[in-house]
Amino acid sequence: MKKIATLSTKDCVSCGCCEKVCPKKAITVYNGMYAKVDEPLCIGCGICAKACPADIISIKEVDTLG
Amino acid sequence: MAKKKFWYEYLWITSLLYLSLGFFNILFAWLGLLCFLIPLIMSFAGGKKGYCNRYCGRGQLFSILGKRLSLNRPIPKWIYSKWFRYGFLTFFMAMFINMLFSTYLVFAGAKDLNEVITVLWSFSLPWNFASSAAPVANWVKQFAFGFYSVMLTSTLLGFVTMILFRPRTWCVYCPMGTMTQLVCKAKYKE
Ligand code: SF4
Ligand code: SF4
Ligand code: SF4
Repeated sequence: MKKIATLSTKDCVSCGCCEKVCPKKAITVYNGMYAKVDEPLCIGCGICAKACPADIISIKEVDTLG
Repeated sequence: MAKKKFWYEYLWITSLLYLSLGFFNILFAWLGLLCFLIPLIMSFAGGKKGYCNRYCGRGQLFSILGKRLSLNRPIPKWIYSKWFRYGFLTFFMAMFINMLFSTYLVFAGAKDLNEVITVLWSFSLPWNFASSAAPVANWVKQFAFGFYSVMLTSTLLGFVTMILFRPRTWCVYCPMGTMTQLVCKAKYKE
């Protein structure tokens, strides 16, 4: 099991707060529209989720084998 | 982990400086136009929100202050709902146009210079210490008073929500942020 960040794209305000704090550069604001998680890079630390002012990022568990 | 700091990570100082310069001479308010033009130009030209993500002094200021002062609570859903964000943008633009209109009236000589700073569009500050002394036309001063009011009001709103919720809650409903996001969305036809 691996943890990664997911977010609700339609609620994202593209402020870039998540991008600023991510230690792995795994989350970036895609073309100024919404944030995107680069899943292989993400370690699921949850730092971005705490920084997001809209509180729309959550950490979910994914099956790495599947 | 000692991270190398970039020059743009100090832009929050300009935000502070801006608000304080207004105390000395209201005409400094004109500089605030940069905070309107730069993000728009950046989003039109680059198609990204580079301003928010890197250069916005206000966003930085709130994250720095928020480290100590913010209660860091999740914000209510309606603040990031589309209708509130777009509604606030519309309201903000209406107030902006209203301010331009007052500027025009003063320019046209239909109204006298109104030397007050209004917070939240209704409360006047007893602004006796702000000097407007300068050899410029009255409409230039009128615009400065209006613009400074806008900047002060938005900083206050941002400050309150910074304490109540997350440090950069302001960014959720910041008219510039919403506008640049819209520009980007339009550019990529979403
Ligand atoms: S969970 Fe951690 S690694 Fe993943 S995007 Fe957020 S801050 Fe980056
Ligand atoms: S911090 Fe939240 S709202 Fe801001 S860009 Fe990241 S996911 Fe979007
Ligand atoms: S949303 Fe507004 S306050 Fe936040 S970084 Fe962007 S321009 Fe600055």
